[in-house]
Amino acid sequence: MDLSSIKPALLLASLMIAATPVIYAAIGELVVERAGVLNLGVEGMMITGAICGFIAAVNTDSPMLGFMAAAVGGALLSLLFALLTQYALANQVASGLALTLFGLGVSSLLGQGYVGIKPPSTPKLDIPVLSDLPGIGTVLSAHDIMIYLGLLLVAAVWAVLKYTRIGLILRAVGENHDAAHALGYKVVRVRVLAIMFGGACAGLGGAYISLVRVPQWTEGMTAGVGWIALALVVFASWRAGRVLLGAWLFGGVTVLQLNLQAAGVAIPVEYLSMSPYLITIVVLVIMSSDKNKAPASLGKIFHASS
Amino acid sequence: MAISNLTKTYPGVVANDSVSMELRAGEVHALLGENGAGKSTLVKMIYGLVKPDSGSMKFQGQSFTPANPHTARQAGVAMVFQHFSLFDAMSVAENIALGMENPPPMRDLSDQIKAVSETYGLPLQPDHIVGDLSAGERQRVEIIRCLLQDPKLLIMDEPTSVLTPQEVGVLFETLRKLTAQGVGILYISHKLDEIRELCQHATVLRRGQNVGSCVPSETSAREMAEMMVGSSFQTPERSRHALGDVVLKIDKLSAPSPNEFGTPLREISLELHAGEILGIGGVAGNGQDELLAALSGEMRTVADAVVFEGEVIGRLAPAARRKMGLLTAPEERLGHAAAPDMSLTENALLTGAERENLTSRGFLKWGAAQKFAQSVIESFDVRTPGTETAARALSGGNLQKFVIGREVLQRPKVLVVNQPTWGVDAAAAAAIRQALLDLATEGVAILCISQDLDELIEISDHFAALNEGRLSDIRETESLNMEQIGLMMGGAHGMEVAHVEA
Repeated sequence: MDLSSIKPALLLASLMIAATPVIYAAIGELVVERAGVLNLGVEGMMITGAICGFIAAVNTDSPMLGFMAAAVGGALLSLLFALLTQYALANQVASGLALTLFGLGVSSLLGQGYVGIKPPSTPKLDIPVLSDLPGIGTVLSAHDIMIYLGLLLVAAVWAVLKYTRIGLILRAVGENHDAAHALGYKVVRVRVLAIMFGGACAGLGGAYISLVRVPQWTEGMTAGVGWIALALVVFASWRAGRVLLGAWLFGGVTVLQLNLQAAGVAIPVEYLSMSPYLITIVVLVIMSSDKNKAPASLGKIFHASS
Repeated sequence: MAISNLTKTYPGVVANDSVSMELRAGEVHALLGENGAGKSTLVKMIYGLVKPDSGSMKFQGQSFTPANPHTARQAGVAMVFQHFSLFDAMSVAENIALGMENPPPMRDLSDQIKAVSETYGLPLQPDHIVGDLSAGERQRVEIIRCLLQDPKLLIMDEPTSVLTPQEVGVLFETLRKLTAQGVGILYISHKLDEIRELCQHATVLRRGQNVGSCVPSETSAREMAEMMVGSSFQTPERSRHALGDVVLKIDKLSAPSPNEFGTPLREISLELHAGEILGIGGVAGNGQDELLAALSGEMRTVADAVVFEGEVIGRLAPAARRKMGLLTAPEERLGHAAAPDMSLTENALLTGAERENLTSRGFLKWGAAQKFAQSVIESFDVRTPGTETAARALSGGNLQKFVIGREVLQRPKVLVVNQPTWGVDAAAAAAIRQALLDLATEGVAILCISQDLDELIEISDHFAALNEGRLSDIRETESLNMEQIGLMMGGAHGMEVAHVEA
C-alpha cells in the first residue's frame, strides 16, 4: 500500500473530469423538475447523447460538432417524452422509464459499427493566469472547454432561475400549473422547452463520457450516472449550487476510490466501487433534511380544461 | 365597460346566453346569480381566459376582444380570483411579479409593494413566503398585484368567501378608495347584505341569461333573491304521507373542518323523521361538505352527537354506517361520489358491497355486482354503453343519476345527498328529484343539502339553511316565502362575529 502515490492536486483535477457528466445531466434535470416535470429518462438521454456525439465526432473528426450532435440527439429523444407526457398526457414515471430503456436500445443499435474506435481528442484549454497560480493551478487549468462550460451552465441556470422573468415563470409553472394557466402563461410550451433543455444537457453529459472521460464507445457505458443525476437533483433540494457540490462529491469519491484501488488499500474492490454512490447519497440526504419542498406540481399532469 | 349579447356554450350547457350589461367608471357593480348561473364564465370572457362564441365587448369606448389574460391586463382589466391563483412556495414579491405585464426589477417592486400597501392600508411584507400567509393576507397579495397595474376595471370573484368579518371591513375600505379614483369594480358575491352595503348597481344572471338589474341599496334582499332564483315556482308533485318516527338525530354537533379553508360546524341540531325530506339550503362553503362528512362517517365526531335509530354512531366508520342503513351521496361526482377511472360495476361495488351482499369471504361477486349495476342503469335510465364503461366517460347528468340510483336501490333508511342535481340538465334533475320523492313516500328519511332553492322548495317538507357552519331554525317549507328563505340563507338573522380559525 502506497498512499503517497496519490497527489491531491492531480486528484482534484481528475475530480473535475469525473464530475462533469453528472453536472450536465443533473442541471438539465433540475430545470425540468423546476418546471414541474419528472423525467426519469435521464440515463436513456445520456447514452443516446453519448453515441450521437461519438458518431458525429468520429465522422467529422471534430469533437465540438460531436458535442453539438449529442445535445441535438438528447433533445430529440426528450421531445418524444414531451409529446407523450404533455400532449398525450401519459404518466410521467412510466414514460421516463420507457425512455431510458428505449435510449439504451437505440444507442447500442446505432453504436454497432463504432466499438473499439478512438474518437478525436478534445483540445485542452490553457488559461494563462489560472495555470500559473501556485497549488490550484493544476486543478483549475488545462481542462477541456466542456468542463468550463459545465460550470458556466450551473451558474447560468442558478442566475436565470433566481433573477430573470423566464426563471420566475418556469418556477411558477412548476409550482402551481393551474394558477400559472389562469394568469395566462403557456404551461405546456414552457414545459416542452424545459424538457428539451434537459434532454440536450443529458446528451452533453453522455457525450462527455464517450468523447473525453473514457474515450471510446461501449454499450451501456453511462453505467447509472443518469440515475445518480436524478437522485442528486432531489437530494440537492432542487438548488443549482447544491447540485454542483453533490456532483463534485460524487466525482471526488469516484476518483479517490480508483486511486485507492491503484494504491492497493486493503479494502475489497467491491466496497470501493460502491462507495461513490453510497457516500453521495448519504451526504445529500443529510443535507436535504432541512425539508426544502419539491415543486408542488412535480409529476402532475396538466390539462387546460380544469 | 359595455357588454352586448355575449354567448358562450359548453357541450350540453349554455353558460351565457346573450348577456348584455354596462359598468360605469367609479362604481361597484354586483353580478348576482346562483351557482352555475354563468357569472364565472362571464368574467372569464372579460379577462380573456375564455373566448366568447358570439357577441362583443366595449371597454372605455373601444372594441375589446382580449385573446388572453395578457392583453386584458394591458388594457387595464385586473382580476382577483375566487380560488387564489397564488404560488405557495414563492415570495409575495415574486407572486406579484408573475401577475404583472412588465414588472420592474425586484428591488423596485418591493418598494412599490410597500408603498401601495401603505396607501391602501393593506400591510404586507414583500419577502414573506405566500404559503405561510393567512387567507386574508393572501387576498391582499392578489389585490396589490392588481393595484400595481393601475387597473381601470377590477373583477372580484367572491372575494369575501374566505375572509373574517374584520378582513371584509378592510377590503371594503380599499374598494371604496379605488372607486373614488374612478376605477370600476365588478363584484361577484352570494352575500346579499354585502352587496347592499357596497354596490351601486347589480345585474342578475339566471341560467346564463341576464334577468334584470337593480339598485341594491334600494332593493331588499328578498327581491334580489327572487330575481336570482326566478319567482315562478312549480307546485311540487308529491304525495301526502304522514311522517314516521325520528330515525336520525343530530344533537349539538360541533366539529372543526378537516380542510384548511373549510367551515367548522357549530352546534348543529336536527331531527329527521321517517318519510321526511329535510332540505338544507345555504351558500356553498358554509359547512355543507362538513355536515355531509360528519354524517357519512368520513369525519368522526363526538359519539353521541349523531344518533341513528337510537344508537350513537358519531364515531363509527363509513362502512359500519352504511351497513346500518345510513347512506350518503356526496356532491363531487368525479372523485368523491364515484372513482372516475373505475367501471360502473366497480363503482357499484364500492358502496353497495355491504348492503347488496356483493362480497363473500373477501372475494368479489362480479356477477352479482354487474347485475346490481345493471339494475341501477335500467331503473334510473342511465345512458351508458354498458356496465363496464368508466365512470369518467359518462356525462354529468348520467353519472349523477347512477350515483343517486346506486344509493336509492340499496334500500336506505336514511339517505343524505349533497347537491343531487348540480350541473345536471333539467330532465335528469327532474328524474332524480322524483326518485327522492318516491323514496320518501316509501318511508325513507332524506336529508337533501342543496344550493338550488327551487329544488328544495319543490321536494322538501322542512327547510333550514346553513350559514357559517350554523343551522338556522327548521321551518315547514310550505309556510315560507322567498323573503324568509333569503333571510335564512343570507345570515341576516344575526351578524354574529364568526370565529374562523385561521
